[in-house]
Parts: sequence; C-alpha cells; structure tokens
Amino acid sequence: MAGTTLLDIKGVQTYYGNIRALNGVDVTVKQGEIVALIGANGAGKSTLMMTIFGAPRARAGTITFAGTDITQLPTHEIARMRIAQSPEGRRIFPRMTVMENLQMGASLDNLKHYEEDVEKVFTLFPRLKERIAQRGGTLSGGEQQMLSIARALMARPKLLLLDEPSLGLAPLIVKQIFDAIRELNRTQGLTVFLVEQNAFGALKLATRGYVMVNGNVTMSGTGKELLANPEVRAAYLEGGHH
Amino acid sequence: MPGTASPERDIVATPVQRATREALYAGAIALGLFVLFIGLKTDQNISNELILVPRWPLLAAVIVLTMAGRFFYVAYGQPFLASQKVADIATGLLPDSVATRFFRLPYFIAAIAIVAVLALLAGSLDSLLGPGLAGYARFARALAIIYALASVLFYFRSFIHAHFSVLGIAALAVYPIIVVLVLALYSGSMAGGFQGSLKWVDNFGIQILIYVMLAWGLNIVVGLAGLLDLGYVAFYAVGAYAYALLGTHFGLSFWILLPAAGAMAAFWGVLLGFPVLRLRGDYLAIVTLAFGEIIRLVLINWREVTNGSAGISGIPKVSFFGLISFNVSDPNYIAKVFDIAQSGAYYKIFLYYLILGLCLLTAFVTIRLRRMPVGRAWEALREDEIACRSLGINTTTTKLTAFATGAMFGGFAGSFFAARQGFVSPESFIFLESAIILAIVVLGGMGSLVGIAVAAMVMIGGTEALRELDFLKQVFGPDFTPELYRMLLFGMAMVIVMVWKPRGFVGSREPTAFLKMRRAVSGSFTKEGHG
Repeated sequence: MAGTTLLDIKGVQTYYGNIRALNGVDVTVKQGEIVALIGANGAGKSTLMMTIFGAPRARAGTITFAGTDITQLPTHEIARMRIAQSPEGRRIFPRMTVMENLQMGASLDNLKHYEEDVEKVFTLFPRLKERIAQRGGTLSGGEQQMLSIARALMARPKLLLLDEPSLGLAPLIVKQIFDAIRELNRTQGLTVFLVEQNAFGALKLATRGYVMVNGNVTMSGTGKELLANPEVRAAYLEGGHH
Repeated sequence: MPGTASPERDIVATPVQRATREALYAGAIALGLFVLFIGLKTDQNISNELILVPRWPLLAAVIVLTMAGRFFYVAYGQPFLASQKVADIATGLLPDSVATRFFRLPYFIAAIAIVAVLALLAGSLDSLLGPGLAGYARFARALAIIYALASVLFYFRSFIHAHFSVLGIAALAVYPIIVVLVLALYSGSMAGGFQGSLKWVDNFGIQILIYVMLAWGLNIVVGLAGLLDLGYVAFYAVGAYAYALLGTHFGLSFWILLPAAGAMAAFWGVLLGFPVLRLRGDYLAIVTLAFGEIIRLVLINWREVTNGSAGISGIPKVSFFGLISFNVSDPNYIAKVFDIAQSGAYYKIFLYYLILGLCLLTAFVTIRLRRMPVGRAWEALREDEIACRSLGINTTTTKLTAFATGAMFGGFAGSFFAARQGFVSPESFIFLESAIILAIVVLGGMGSLVGIAVAAMVMIGGTEALRELDFLKQVFGPDFTPELYRMLLFGMAMVIVMVWKPRGFVGSREPTAFLKMRRAVSGSFTKEGHG
C-alpha cells in the first residue's frame, strides 16, 4: 500500500548557533507507512523532528509535505497542514485536565469533530477515559504519553510524528502504545513517522526505517532488513533486548 | 561520648527546659541582629554634629520580647500544635480544632452583649470613662463585632463555601444600603445615614472594588496567559488620562469615553505586546516595568498636554446616562429630581454600583473567555508555549489578545478612577501600584477570581482599616500614624500567606470543561503537602 510521497525531506541542514546538528538529511515518508528513525543519543533524531515543525528552522534543504514546501512556514501554520506531533518529553499541559488537553488538540477545527474524535481516542486508550477530569500533571508517565499521542490525534492528522514514545516507560506500557500505533495505521491508514531509541520495538513496528549517526542518515531499508543487518544489530540491538 | 550528647539531651529534656535553651539562643541572635539597628541611633546635636544616641532599654525590651516569644512557642505552642495532629486513641477522632474551641456559643453571646451595652452607652462613653478609656472601649466594641461576625461565618462555613460567588455578589449589592440603614438608625436620621456612609462606601467599597477590577484585569495577563507584567499601571494611567483629557477638553460623556479609554488602553497593550512577544519570565517583567515607567515619565514631562506633575483637575462627574446628574447646579440634579435633601453620598453610592458593575463585567468576560478557544489557548500558553505552537495555535495573536484584553480592563478602571477622583496626576500611577496589583493577583492564587477578590479585600481593606485605629495613638503617643505601617503589614501578610498557602488563597485551578456529567476532582491533587 505504499502510495504517494507524503513527507519529503531533502538535504536538510540544521544548526544550533554555529554547531551543525543535521548534515544534509534525506528522508521520505509515503502515505500509509510507519517509518522509524533510530540512532544513538545526540544523533540528531529529535532535531529532525523539530526541524519538520520549523523550530529550529532548516538552514539549507527543503521539507515538502503533500506537495507543499513547508520549510519556511511558521510552526502553527505547519501544524495546520495536519501534521501532528507528540513531542519529546510529551509536553502535555500539566495544570489542565485530560479533557482540556484533548480540547487543545482539537482547536484546529474549533472542536467541530471533538465529540466524535474523543470517543475514538478513548477506545484506543481506555485509561484516559478513567482519568478524564484529572489534571495532566497528576497522570503517570505512561498515561501522559498516551495523552500526548491522543492530543495529537485530536487534530485529525495526515501525518503523526512521535518522538520517543517509549521513553521511560515500563515494557508493558510500551507494548500498549506500540499496539495502539499499529492499530491506528492498520484501521485508519494513518501515516506515522517515529523517532526511537528502542530500536528493536521500533523496527518491528515500522514498514521502513532509517538509521542516523552524527547528523547523517547512514542506512535505510525495510524494518525487517534493518533488524537483520549485522551493523544495526551490533550498534543498537545486541544487549539491548526488550 | 561528648559528640552524641546533644541529641540525647533533646530527648530527655522537658519542653520547658528545651524552651529555656532555645529562648537563650533566640535572645543571643536578637542581640546580635539588633544591637546596631535598635541599640544605637544616629542623630544630630544642637551644633549639627552627628552623634550616637544609645537606646539600651528599647534593645533590652526587644530582646526580652523575642526570648519570651520563643519560650512560649517552644514550651506551649509546639506541643499544642503537635497534639492537634494526634488522633484520640480511643475514638480515633482528632481533637476539637482550634477554630471550634475559639468559636463557642457562650463567647458569641458575650460578644453580642458587649456590643449591645457599648452601643447603648455610645453617646456617654467619653463622660463615663474619660477619653483614654473610651478609646479602648471602642476598640473592644470593634473586636466584639468582628468576633461575632467571624462566628457567624464560621458556623455557616459549609453553606458559605458552597454558594460563595452568589453570596458574595449579593452582599456587595446590598452593602451600601445596609451601611446607610445602619448609620441612619445610629444617628437617628436618614440624612445622617447618608452622610456617615461616605467613608464606608468610598474608602472601603469603591477603593477595594477598583483594585478588584485591576487585579482581575491583570489576572488575564499574568494568571491566565502567564505573562509576568510589572507595568500594568500604565494601562490604568492611559485610561485615566484618556477620560481626563477628552472629558475636560471636549466635554464628552463618561459613557462614550469609557469604551474609548478601554480601546485606547487595549491599543497600548498591543503596542507593548509586539516588542515583548519573544520574551518570557524575568526578561518580560523587566521590559514591562520599563514600559510602566515610560508612560509615567511621559505624563510628567509632556506638560503641554498632560499639565505635568500638577495633573488635571476639574474632570467631569459621571451622570446616570445623562438622565440624572450629580452636579448640584444642574437642573436634573438627583436631589431635585427625587425631591430629597442634598448630599454628596448619592454620587458615591452611584459610583459604588458603577464600579461593581464594571467588576462583574470583568468577571463575566473572564469566565466566558476561559471557556472559549482563545481563553483555553491563554492557559495552554502559560503551561507550554512550544506545545501550543505545534498544536496549530498562533502564539503571537494569542499573546497580543491577552495583553489587549487585560489592558482594556485596566483602561476601564482608569477612566472610572479619573471620574471618581475628579483629578489625576502621575503620582497615582507609580510602580508601587503595579506591585500592589500584582501582589493581589499572586496572593489570591493566580487565575482564581474569588481568591483575587478576597486578597484585594484583605489587602486594600486592611490598609484602609489601619487609618481607623486611632486608639493606637493612646498607646504609642500622638505622633503615631498607623497608616505609615501599612506597607510593613502588607509585607508581613504576604509572607504569612505564602508560607501558609504557597499557591495563594485559592490555589487550585477550576477546570473549564466537563464531559456531560461533572466528576469531582479531589482538591488533594493540587494542594501543597500539609500534615
């Protein structure tokens, strides 16, 4: 079901001050795929994620989404193109309730589809329904991650960006979250681009994967190919099983 | 072993022994702290030379008081507080709280009796007791009244807590009527009632409500949107000068200039907003502080327009939509229309209801906005700006609307202030005003309307009440002016509130959205930990 190209990142360079974090990165995500980006700490995975959203902005290269060049768009305009993100560190609104967090996610459409979508999100993450009136900051880490993903889904995204959805979570919760991502992709055809340190889980989930080292994409292939690749196994998988 | 002696001694020592020891420490610390502050004073002698005046007795008094305070706290206060936390082993119940022991029915009856007796003797108090004792008697009467009112509040606390907003608005709505009626009964004539009400309606009512409105306006910027604004008084000044200048030069009515002043302040809010869009926290605070000072300095120095520090006087009074006037010379002066005795009190009562209406408008708009996308975006912006942007919220317009809305209410309050005073000068818009308004917002609990209103009442009402404590002159001598100590008390109150309730009077945030049925969230989720 690999269809048209949805997200096309070409030769993107990103700097923090004078320090180059991305070294000309090329990544494509096609309609209906789950694409995983794996790599060690500081490889530039999250930077790429943030660069798609224009903060920090790419100094060279282009980012095209569904045929539109979004490289220079302001962050909120990029979000309005229906790219949603569960950012690094979850970034839920801690003093607002679960429900208000979800409403914030649906603010693109002014809550037009809110009632309908919130039910869908609750079937995906029943735990959130139990916590509906609780403040975001009082949720457990796993629940906060679920809320972060759920909030992103409330925007009815064409592309969902997930930054380390498994970070700091118990294996059982990680499995729940990965199952939910697979479910979304299978039933709704949602395109997902995720960044992960948990390379094994991510590559098992992904249609295709990229490996990033020091701001460069060094390898790419289907999830299965990368899982079988001896270099990938040596660098990211051996000794790190889940 | 000498090394472990101290903790063991602590266990063995009785509270009184421990208290004695700690009192000695406290005394030593107080001596060290105050020997220069209080023990010595610099002064000038007749030949204009600098001399040192020792004040040993005063120093001794301070140290003895410190020691006594520490002693009683450690010997009796701490064991008492500890016993409050220990449940009775037999019943498993906590002992009576301090409050239930303090508010007992016999005490309440006694307080009422004292008030009644002293009220009956009111006229002859001076001749019976002499002026000195009469002062104390009046103070005792005031304490008894406060105690009786506090008891009533205490007994009905659950009812009051459940219906706080409605009761509060109702109480504010009838407040001037009650004041007039009580004072009319007291003085025996309706005219006397109106005359006496001036102080209560103006100094307490209007003064407090102006600050409630300002604090609610600032709350939109600081409490909801989380943008720390130290120059809020600038918008108050813009509103006040807008009404003062346009009202005196062009004779426009208050009802036209009120929205105009609001719009002008909102415009300045946007002007301030643009350069500070990218700033947060302390940086933002500094720039807004400077903005407040710039506005004040412009008002002082632009003499051709603002008349400099001499200010603008003769600002026209507000009329009741042009139908009823409060100028004695007008044909439609209120006393002529209703054929009643002339009094300045009508105007003050009218102004009271005007500012009450403006306050309620502010509250209404704030409550409505919080449930609308823009209000939710403000709160989300306070929580996490980056997350907001990645959810498609334009943080630029969100911040600017917060500045503009907050400034607009500041402008409303400013034009009301100008109308009430009849005179404006840059002196009314100093940084201290911004600080007081911000302090009220913080003490009330950022974002909570009820908490902020209570904080304004305590802070502004409290400092106004200090002016009433004339009996203190009998204690400290005729030179003593209690209102000079209001900032000291203000600071002490802030420290106490921040220790006792670090998030302000109402620290928990009220959610704005509910899924059909409302499920209660226990307050314990958000409260700071207390035993």
